[in-house]
Amino acid sequence: MSRKHTSVETRYMEEREQTLRGLEGLSRRGFLKVSAAAAAGAATLVGGMSRHSFLPVRIAGAQPGDKGFRFAYISDSHLYEEKVNDRFVRGLLRAVDDVNRMDPQPDFVLYGGDLAQLGQASELQLGQQILKTLKAPLKMMVGEHDWFLDLGDKWRELFGPELYSFDHKGVHFVTLMSVVEKDFWTERKLTPMERMKTVAGLDNGAQRSFEVGEAGRKWLADDLAKVPKSTPLVVFSHSPLYKLYKKWNFWTDDAEPVQALLKPFQRVTVIHGHTHQILTNRIGNIHFHGMLSTAWPWPYAPEGLPELTIQMDRPDPFNPSDGCGDGSFDVHPDGLVDSIYRLWNRNPVSVKASYVATGKTDRPPTNSRRGY
Amino acid sequence: MRRTLPISILALGACSIGNAQPAPQDLHGAAPFQDQLLRLEPLIKGFDPAIGPPWVDPVIWKASIPKDNEPTAARIALGRKLYFDPRLSKDGTVACATCHDTTRAFTDLRPTSEGIGGQVGRRNSPTTMNAALLASQFWDGRADRLEDQAKLPITNPIEMGFPDGAAAVAAIAGDAEYIQMFKAAYNRDPNYDDIGRAIASFERVLIFLDAPFDAFLRGDAKAISEEAKRGWVLYNGKGRCNSCHPLNPANPIGSDGRFHNVGVSARHHDFLDLANKALAVLAKSGSEATLDVLAVGSDTSELGRFLVSRLESDIGGFRTPLIRNAGITAPYMHDGSMQTLWDVMDHYNRGGEANPYLDGGIEPLALSEQEIADLVAFTFTLTDRRFADANATAFAKQRDQAKAKRPFREDDLANRRRMPFAATPAGSKP
Repeated sequence: MSRKHTSVETRYMEEREQTLRGLEGLSRRGFLKVSAAAAAGAATLVGGMSRHSFLPVRIAGAQPGDKGFRFAYISDSHLYEEKVNDRFVRGLLRAVDDVNRMDPQPDFVLYGGDLAQLGQASELQLGQQILKTLKAPLKMMVGEHDWFLDLGDKWRELFGPELYSFDHKGVHFVTLMSVVEKDFWTERKLTPMERMKTVAGLDNGAQRSFEVGEAGRKWLADDLAKVPKSTPLVVFSHSPLYKLYKKWNFWTDDAEPVQALLKPFQRVTVIHGHTHQILTNRIGNIHFHGMLSTAWPWPYAPEGLPELTIQMDRPDPFNPSDGCGDGSFDVHPDGLVDSIYRLWNRNPVSVKASYVATGKTDRPPTNSRRGY
Repeated sequence: MRRTLPISILALGACSIGNAQPAPQDLHGAAPFQDQLLRLEPLIKGFDPAIGPPWVDPVIWKASIPKDNEPTAARIALGRKLYFDPRLSKDGTVACATCHDTTRAFTDLRPTSEGIGGQVGRRNSPTTMNAALLASQFWDGRADRLEDQAKLPITNPIEMGFPDGAAAVAAIAGDAEYIQMFKAAYNRDPNYDDIGRAIASFERVLIFLDAPFDAFLRGDAKAISEEAKRGWVLYNGKGRCNSCHPLNPANPIGSDGRFHNVGVSARHHDFLDLANKALAVLAKSGSEATLDVLAVGSDTSELGRFLVSRLESDIGGFRTPLIRNAGITAPYMHDGSMQTLWDVMDHYNRGGEANPYLDGGIEPLALSEQEIADLVAFTFTLTDRRFADANATAFAKQRDQAKAKRPFREDDLANRRRMPFAATPAGSKP
């Protein structure tokens, strides 16, 4: 039996109808009661405010800063030169301002990749110049937009090697280069800029899929060989280290072999950029968190969305930075990681390790834009 | 000096309010109420609240009126008497008309308003003109309707100072005329909720939407200047005004009814410290009265909508004010910190004031001096024709003020030679 196809419009109208019918039964008094209850709920939740967010950051007993720690992130700024497009420049400036206001300052700041839009030296340098104003130490990760004009020459010159690891307060951190693509350009005789623009596009069948690649996997295996399996592991990768939606390269082609390398570790968190949205997944014991972009929010992919993901609201078209933002990660003493999405002009959303692990407790709010 | 009020001026419907009101000793700068009443009469002549103003869709008008408070002549007359009655304040010196003065565009033309004992609050008095058409009341929307709004200033310690509604009722309940008027209006003895209802009914008469701009929209090409016509194009285009001030037949007042942080108070305050202070107070008591005190009486006023919703996304957000009659209601913004519409344009032109909660729609506009002048000229065409003289005077005054002083003008920011969040060294306090 074939399932009857329902168009997006029909579904929308059905939902709308349902909502309106629901509202009919709600008298004004009833509505006020509901609002009052919501307000009371909010009041109990918001116990105190950290400088970073007014989130109900009352993670009783496990407040990072006691024993755990916090690092911030900024990601996917896609800078053009100012004279071409300054909106994205302002986005990055705003994120730096946000992070610099955090009190206490985060232990370090992860930059999640795609600093530049077309990998040009001027774009990367502009980004570097802005990121230099961060007060906390900076950890850089490369994205495909930084890479495919000169295959990493300028980026490496400015920021160092793209594959590296470090240890911080008992946690082993690994930064991967997950946006390697097999050569599709030589045969087609593409110029560097044509290659760059091919990779930068969505739904472009000419390019290949992202992968960590054989060399990257080898490096990762060697790096992890030195680390005890009980050590908490946090992996940074630009693309999600799983297969979500191939046409947009929300995808890592060798995800399975990479996951196999991570699997033996008891606590693993993968933090990725590229998808510009709240994105939550768990595969076995591996937790995955997507990061927000400072430039634009992507819509959710039409298929492949992980079940754990609670979608953020559609951005408000009147507010050009809605759906964008920055955020931070709270690393608990046990090595588990909460993701705090600091959406500009919305309430922060916290996706906790306890939610990712169970799919039930600490479920994030479905509507993150209650302020509207 | 005491004047007798001519009965004919005061009569609307059957009830006369006579000369029962004592003249307050201290007017707090307001025009004498007798003068205000004289000014009011021709302004509201011929308005039938049952039908609604000709410029508002009758369906919308009807929907905006609570079912238990259909405007009747008796209710409007009672509301008008209350609006001008200083006995509704603890020391008998402040009435609604003190800060919503009918000779001053139904506001007080001050940065922030003065209440009993010469106390000055933190919020700019919004005009009561067209307030009936707002989606919510007060700058932070802490009241849904006029009926609720009207009751709060009476018990605010800075404004009218009664400890509670009952005390306010007691102050007028002995007045035989009131007893009779409440009976006629609501078929009850004087009570606090009906005070709110009656004042709301009177405010529903104060609809002023007949401006040169409307004549222009109806096809009279000569109704507004060429400058203003260019301003209208900018309003909907480069100036981005219509993002928050949609102005169309469905929304004749030009407010989206939403709350936006445009950074006005980011110049003076650290939002995070304030928010924590406010939360500490609200944790002890979250009552309407506490909220009202926080909103009017202290620095926490700058938190705006956050005080009501306690949502981080609302910090520093204030409801978009209506844009109608803006030319004659200076100074501007929730704290009255801008003297002229040039200042307002300068503020938006530079992209507001950078702060962590700045609304994403606020960005540098790169408006030229001519474009700013066009937008100001356009805004002055939104003043109701019944205030044409005041409008001309205000325009000339503001033009002169702007020639002398443009404190918010910042060309480097406006033209994006300097970026908003880079303007102050990152991480420094705003």
